[in-house]
Amino acid sequence: MDNFFDLVPLVVLIPLAGMLVNLFTGRQLGERGVGIVAVGASGMSFVIAVLLWIAQVNTGYKAAVIDMPILADWIVIPSANVTIPWAFRVDSLSVTMMLVVTGVGTLIHLYAVGYMHGDERFPRFFVYMNMFLVFMLILVTGNNFLMMFVGWEGVGLCSYLLIGFWFDKPGGAGWRNSDAARKAFIVNRVGDFGLILGVLITFWTFGTLDYYREGEVPIVPHAAAEEEVPLFAPALPAEDAGHAVAGPLGVFNQAELWLEEGGHKVDFGMVSLSFETTLTLITLLFLLGATGKSAQIPLFVWLPDAMAGPTPVSALIHAATMVTAGVYMMVRANVFYHAAEFSSFVVAVIGATTALVAGFIAVGQWDIKRVLAYSTVSQLGFMVAAVGVGAYAAAMFHLVTHACFKALLFLASGSVIHGMEHGHHHATHDHSGHHDDGFDPQDMRFMGGLKERMPVTYWTYLFGTLALAGIIPFAGFWSKDEILLDSLKAGVDKGLLSGYIGFVLLLTAAAFTAFYMWRQVSLVFLGKPRHAAAAHAEESSRVMTWPLIVLAALSLLIGFINVPSGFPILGWLLGEHQFTSFLEHSVPYAHAGTFSFLLATFAVLLALGAIYLARSVYNDRVLAVLREDPLAVNTRMQRAFALANAKLYWDEFYFKYLIYPYRNAAYWLAEQLDWRFWHDYAHERLLRDPFNAATRALTWRVDKQIIDRSFDGLGHAARRAASRLRRIQTGYVHIYAMSVLFGALLVMVLILLPLIRDWLGL
Amino acid sequence: MGSSEVATELYVLLSAVLFIMGAMGVLLRRNAILVFMSVELMLNAANLALVAFARQWASGAGHLMVFFVMTVAAAEVAVGLALIVAIFRTKKSIDIDNLHMFKG
Repeated sequence: MDNFFDLVPLVVLIPLAGMLVNLFTGRQLGERGVGIVAVGASGMSFVIAVLLWIAQVNTGYKAAVIDMPILADWIVIPSANVTIPWAFRVDSLSVTMMLVVTGVGTLIHLYAVGYMHGDERFPRFFVYMNMFLVFMLILVTGNNFLMMFVGWEGVGLCSYLLIGFWFDKPGGAGWRNSDAARKAFIVNRVGDFGLILGVLITFWTFGTLDYYREGEVPIVPHAAAEEEVPLFAPALPAEDAGHAVAGPLGVFNQAELWLEEGGHKVDFGMVSLSFETTLTLITLLFLLGATGKSAQIPLFVWLPDAMAGPTPVSALIHAATMVTAGVYMMVRANVFYHAAEFSSFVVAVIGATTALVAGFIAVGQWDIKRVLAYSTVSQLGFMVAAVGVGAYAAAMFHLVTHACFKALLFLASGSVIHGMEHGHHHATHDHSGHHDDGFDPQDMRFMGGLKERMPVTYWTYLFGTLALAGIIPFAGFWSKDEILLDSLKAGVDKGLLSGYIGFVLLLTAAAFTAFYMWRQVSLVFLGKPRHAAAAHAEESSRVMTWPLIVLAALSLLIGFINVPSGFPILGWLLGEHQFTSFLEHSVPYAHAGTFSFLLATFAVLLALGAIYLARSVYNDRVLAVLREDPLAVNTRMQRAFALANAKLYWDEFYFKYLIYPYRNAAYWLAEQLDWRFWHDYAHERLLRDPFNAATRALTWRVDKQIIDRSFDGLGHAARRAASRLRRIQTGYVHIYAMSVLFGALLVMVLILLPLIRDWLGL
Repeated sequence: MGSSEVATELYVLLSAVLFIMGAMGVLLRRNAILVFMSVELMLNAANLALVAFARQWASGAGHLMVFFVMTVAAAEVAVGLALIVAIFRTKKSIDIDNLHMFKG
């Protein structure tokens, strides 16, 4: 079983191969071939991930570091003693992420074969999708922060390419799909800037970027006595765990040792910070990265617009996997976050606020995918808040369950959109002369009554909704409950303010979640069709409904992997907190959630109450006659709904206070600094004028007065000499003959000179 | 070298006398034909000196040179006389003092 670990490069290489095959031969393969290659690559990757999981279980959850063939020594600077290997890390955290990415990814690939059928750029779509898998898997399997950053940027690129996949189609309201892609890319740039700075400071502090070196066991510090029961005993005693390895330690164990020693300083040239301050700085910068990628306040604005991409993309990248990269990164760095209390506080507040704000905005949206997008932002807020209150296992657990039910909801919404488009096509064909009423297949106002037309989609959507709302026994209940209880316990047991803040905000957000989801179900599926398209909608093909059914089953069952300790019957039946126990081998600060009957009951009743409220507001009778939202016409709720509908004017706020000032500053600088100063002043006063003066001096002084006059003088001299010499040309032959004679005599005298000298006795 | 033979010096002296006569003729005469004949006299003075030295040194080179000079002289005569005839036809005179059209 040990050598299963050596398979890990294949997890990345198989989708890479699939991508290359489709890139170069996609046009020849045809839709069927491209689909087989892409789904096959993803599926084989999933099989490898399962094998790695089995290997994990069978080797006692031993972490392995596997070098990439060929690329093993990625960055080596011998003079600076820097070695950054291209090494994969197989531990319970990375295996969890691999299973999610490839498992959900494979189902979405399969679904996309049906969804993208007939698209003119079908092969390109799957090239991008496989490329996304490659980068996402690099992100989660890398053993150092730099590999994670490579994956991080790679998935950002794929996200950009896929949001703008239909770049030639308008996104509505003067907002093109390519604009949405650019917005996502640029907003993420802000976050990535924070991440790379954090990575650089990490490198400066530790001299390495490896999480753990090969053979290194995470140190479980003595301070971990906050757990009632020690859940994890390392193979080596804690003190020896790190020291057993030759050479420097990975960043996390090094951090533990320094924290234990205390008083360690980090030198940054001019300033010297204490190690704890440095960790706070690093974690805050990482948080900035996470707010970009995982769509948290203040950088969440890109995710709702990212819905311009095809729906499978929204499901895979913008709900299930890529956006959770920030959560994964923070869980990976749990040692840092655990030590940096201030950062954790900020993380918790940001996550919980995001959860509530996005949940509120979701209530006011009409676009079926936008509701889900804000819901994703909100759920990511839950995960981030969980990280903030130290519930790393709960964050990962919610990540896994959310990946299943949110992917399901997106895919089902894609199925609805497909059905609506089909119905619209059908309706306009049947009734010729049917005038265009601004039909939008994603607008929930045109839907209604799809339950009868699309039963499979309806039932699977219902499963997703119940899971998201947190109704027992669906997956969302387990994970959301664990987060809620953990944040409450962080407040009560550890006295953390962030725990109380998180608990109140998240509980409110949970109520909003149930409300907007049932609003959506009522608008889309229940009641009577409100448009011809909805009346003629048809169920999607089997290739699309099968992944829905599988994901619906997962949404029901996946929660059972982590039944909290103390849960009656089920805990005994399925084993308690299995997932947390699994995760603890790589996340030292993961701790198992307990169960509070009171809180669980309260949370479920709250969700059911919100559902009941939603159903009574959005009942069939009202929806049948009203083309507006019932809340929008209610005098008391009007203003709140308008606020939610306008997304709290968040974008407008950014435009007014950030983007326009920035643009005006750029214009001003361009005008004043670039044109006025640089072009006009610097070029003309400093460059042009001295140049002109120099050339003028050269022209008059040197060229005209020295060079020209010297050549003129030569000419005059030659002419004067010639006018003198011409006089000897008399034309008389005698004179010429005389000169020849004299010349000959002269030559003779010269030749005979020695003789003459002898003769004269000189 | 036999005593009955005339000494080379005498030949060279004769050659010098002839050359000086020719040179004076070229410089002093006005008639173009006479100037021409004086030139021929100078050429033949040179030929005489060449032959004399060739005999003195028993070398064929001097004879060879003489043949060349005679050939060139013949060609020169042909060209020169033709020129004189042409000049006479245009100017009705062969007095070289009248010929100074190429005055610079």
